[in-house]
Amino acid sequence: MAAIEILGLEKTYSVGFWRKRPKRALHPLHLAIEDGEIFGFLGPNGAGKTTTLKMLMGLVFPSGGGARILGMDLDDPRMKAQIGFLPEQPYFYDYLTARELLTYYGQLSGVDSRQLPRKVDSTLERVGLRDATDVQLRKFSKGMLQRAGIAQAILHDPKVVFLDEPMSGLDPMGRREVRSLIEQLKAEGKTVFFSTHILSDAEALCDRVAVINLGQLRGVGAVAELTSGVRGKVEIVWQGTSVPAAIKSLGAETHVAGDTTRAIISEQHQDAAIEAVRRETLRLISVTPVRVSLEDYFMAQLKPSPEEVVAR
Amino acid sequence: MKRTQRIAAAASATLVFSLAASTLLLWRIDQIRSTATLDEALYVTSPKLLKRLSLGYDGLLADIYWTRVVQYYGAMHRDGGGEYKLLWPLLNLTAQLDPKLTRTYEFGGTFLSSKPPMGAGLPDRAVELVEYGIRENPDNWHLYYDLGFIHYDQKNYSAAADAFLRGSELPNAHPVLKMLAARMAEHGGDIETARMMWTTTYEDSSDKDIRENALLHLRALKVDQDVTALEHLAEVYKQKFKVFPLSFRDMVVAGLLKGIPVDPTGHEYKLEPGGKVIVSNPDDLPFIVKGLPPGYVPSDILKSKPAK
Amino acid sequence: MSSRIWHIASNTFREAVRDRVLYNLIAFALLMSGAAVLVGQISIGIERLVVINLGLTAISLFGLVIAIFIGIGLVSKEIDKRTLYTVLSRPVRRWEFIAGKFFGLSGTLVVNTFFMAIGVFIALLYVSHHLTHADAGVLVALYFIILQFVILTALALLFSSFSSPLLSAVFAFSLFVIGSFAEDLRGFARLSHGIARWLATGAAYLVPNFSALNVVSQVAHQVSVSRQLIAYNTAYAVLYTLAVLSATALIFERRNLK
Repeated sequence: MAAIEILGLEKTYSVGFWRKRPKRALHPLHLAIEDGEIFGFLGPNGAGKTTTLKMLMGLVFPSGGGARILGMDLDDPRMKAQIGFLPEQPYFYDYLTARELLTYYGQLSGVDSRQLPRKVDSTLERVGLRDATDVQLRKFSKGMLQRAGIAQAILHDPKVVFLDEPMSGLDPMGRREVRSLIEQLKAEGKTVFFSTHILSDAEALCDRVAVINLGQLRGVGAVAELTSGVRGKVEIVWQGTSVPAAIKSLGAETHVAGDTTRAIISEQHQDAAIEAVRRETLRLISVTPVRVSLEDYFMAQLKPSPEEVVAR
Repeated sequence: MKRTQRIAAAASATLVFSLAASTLLLWRIDQIRSTATLDEALYVTSPKLLKRLSLGYDGLLADIYWTRVVQYYGAMHRDGGGEYKLLWPLLNLTAQLDPKLTRTYEFGGTFLSSKPPMGAGLPDRAVELVEYGIRENPDNWHLYYDLGFIHYDQKNYSAAADAFLRGSELPNAHPVLKMLAARMAEHGGDIETARMMWTTTYEDSSDKDIRENALLHLRALKVDQDVTALEHLAEVYKQKFKVFPLSFRDMVVAGLLKGIPVDPTGHEYKLEPGGKVIVSNPDDLPFIVKGLPPGYVPSDILKSKPAK
Repeated sequence: MSSRIWHIASNTFREAVRDRVLYNLIAFALLMSGAAVLVGQISIGIERLVVINLGLTAISLFGLVIAIFIGIGLVSKEIDKRTLYTVLSRPVRRWEFIAGKFFGLSGTLVVNTFFMAIGVFIALLYVSHHLTHADAGVLVALYFIILQFVILTALALLFSSFSSPLLSAVFAFSLFVIGSFAEDLRGFARLSHGIARWLATGAAYLVPNFSALNVVSQVAHQVSVSRQLIAYNTAYAVLYTLAVLSATALIFERRNLK
């Protein structure tokens, strides 16, 4: 069963004071996220990621279309008891301590009061905030706030977890911890839907991703699938420090190391480049394809080319 | 999203119901508290303190108290009059809050000094109020008129003349003040003086209640004149026919009258034995001194209403 | 459902306390002690009058400031700081959130007023050395003041749900002033004609009837308040507050939280 079904969800805002002009934040979006997968929602800032998430959380009302989470309506309280949400750059009641904050959220989520204290402590431990249990949130660093945010999202053991830019503001250590936490969540059978503009994180974690730009879906699929369709690059290494003119004219990246030169050119120019090296009678050492990164795919999607939306 | 629709419907229904119910309650509460805002005037032990507490908005507060004065007088007047016990405290507060509000003194001059049921019957307070007004507004000739009027009404003709004289010395004073000052001295009690006074009041005031009051006085003067004239004619009849006329018809036949005489309210005068003339409806003609039926007592005093 | 409202209410109360709101009690205590001592020394014959007038007026004004200053931020602050997002993504209904905030702030004001009332009675004992039967009137006046706070809180909450804190404060304060002269406003309406009369009458009945809830000078002069009035005022306050909260819920239910 699809954990999250987005059925034509769209949002148009009216902007301007007198003559209201419509501004389309999200074109009708169709997506299905499967149970137990880690799904990445990628796009630059202002692409419509947060708008989509807010609509799913019931904070903003769609202009059209709908969605279901765990088969239930977006305003169903039974559904809300089974999801967790971490908003972007979260801020919490800073006069509360970490324990008080989680206790409050637990009460609102309907966690049984007898189990609540234990759950609060174990969640704080899990996100690495055990030492700050009784510290007021006003004294938390950005990284600590992010952890507190994750804590409140998972405290009540939800089936689906929504994270908006979970790595933002974290140092590399913090990011690694969050990544491993997300992997743990998947191991527990939870579905994780997170939005980000840091592609390396998505690449490392996600089973599938969707790319969105200017309110429109540009592509959906498994990371491997998506990157396979994109023209890649090859790396050519030869003996010598001179660069053939033909290669230079391709505008390729070149590095000289010792007495070898490496050049990275796009796949389509591979043959021409090899030919150029031989003509200069330079000794070809290796020709290796460079792995296509998600970034290449991403940048390709963001070019305003008339591409069809790849639907599943 | 049926759930949100149900909540919206419930909220709208609650809103409409509770708003309607609270409005009905307001109406009831207003009834219970009908004199509450007016009684507040009695609790203000220090008008000066109230003025300071109003933090510079004393003008607005004075306006609010002034509306209370008008409403208080209007309501009591409609109910047939009384002692207007709260009139002095209310007027005093209004004057202290905004001494430049001259209608206060005009109103007080007329209705504080008039006797119940037309006013509060406190001429000394009326004088006190208007003299305060004169101290605060020394260039206003109309206040001297109001002061003189109170004295005139109390038959202190010399004090009235004095007030009119002082007022007439102001640069923009109405010429009538000089005239009245002169008349007061010699002919204070004359009907002609009274007619001049009330006509001036009627023409110069823009207050509805004051003008109505002046009109009633002018009518009373007319009645007094009529009755005097008619009784004189009855004497003439007696001289001629050795007996008093039995009815006005007799006097018409005798050529002394052209028709049955009618008072300013449109009702016929009545001729009593002994050549006395009375009015048919004394309740509609307050202030008359002549033409009252013998043993007449104003009916609202008879009703013994609780004095307010 | 009710437990969620209770939790939100107690969290709002906790926030107010930790925001050092209750420190205003210190200022109040100083004011009352100063006044009591001063008045006791001068012996002007109206000590009780002054203490009651001053005490009750101070309670009203302090409470008014608290109700407005905290009330206007109740919703807007949560939206600005986005603390609301994590609350509403839980099984909390929007109207439950409003109800919780309302009870939380009202509760804070009741507690605050309670302590202030003790202060007034202590001052009263100090200047007149005994309490008379008529002083029960002070309790009625206090009760009415609390009813005023309840209405004000609901109004501040209403404005907070759709407008900025500054405008909310202006609206709430204006309604307090106009409502304090509501009876006069109805009097004005009765004296006017035509369209003005309709508009004035409409406004005069919609505006909160704070004037009937202000019996301070009456009580200071030991004039008792009728039981009928107590009953009707209570019913009015409950219904009016219910109306305002319903309007707030309606607005808030449909609001897009950007």
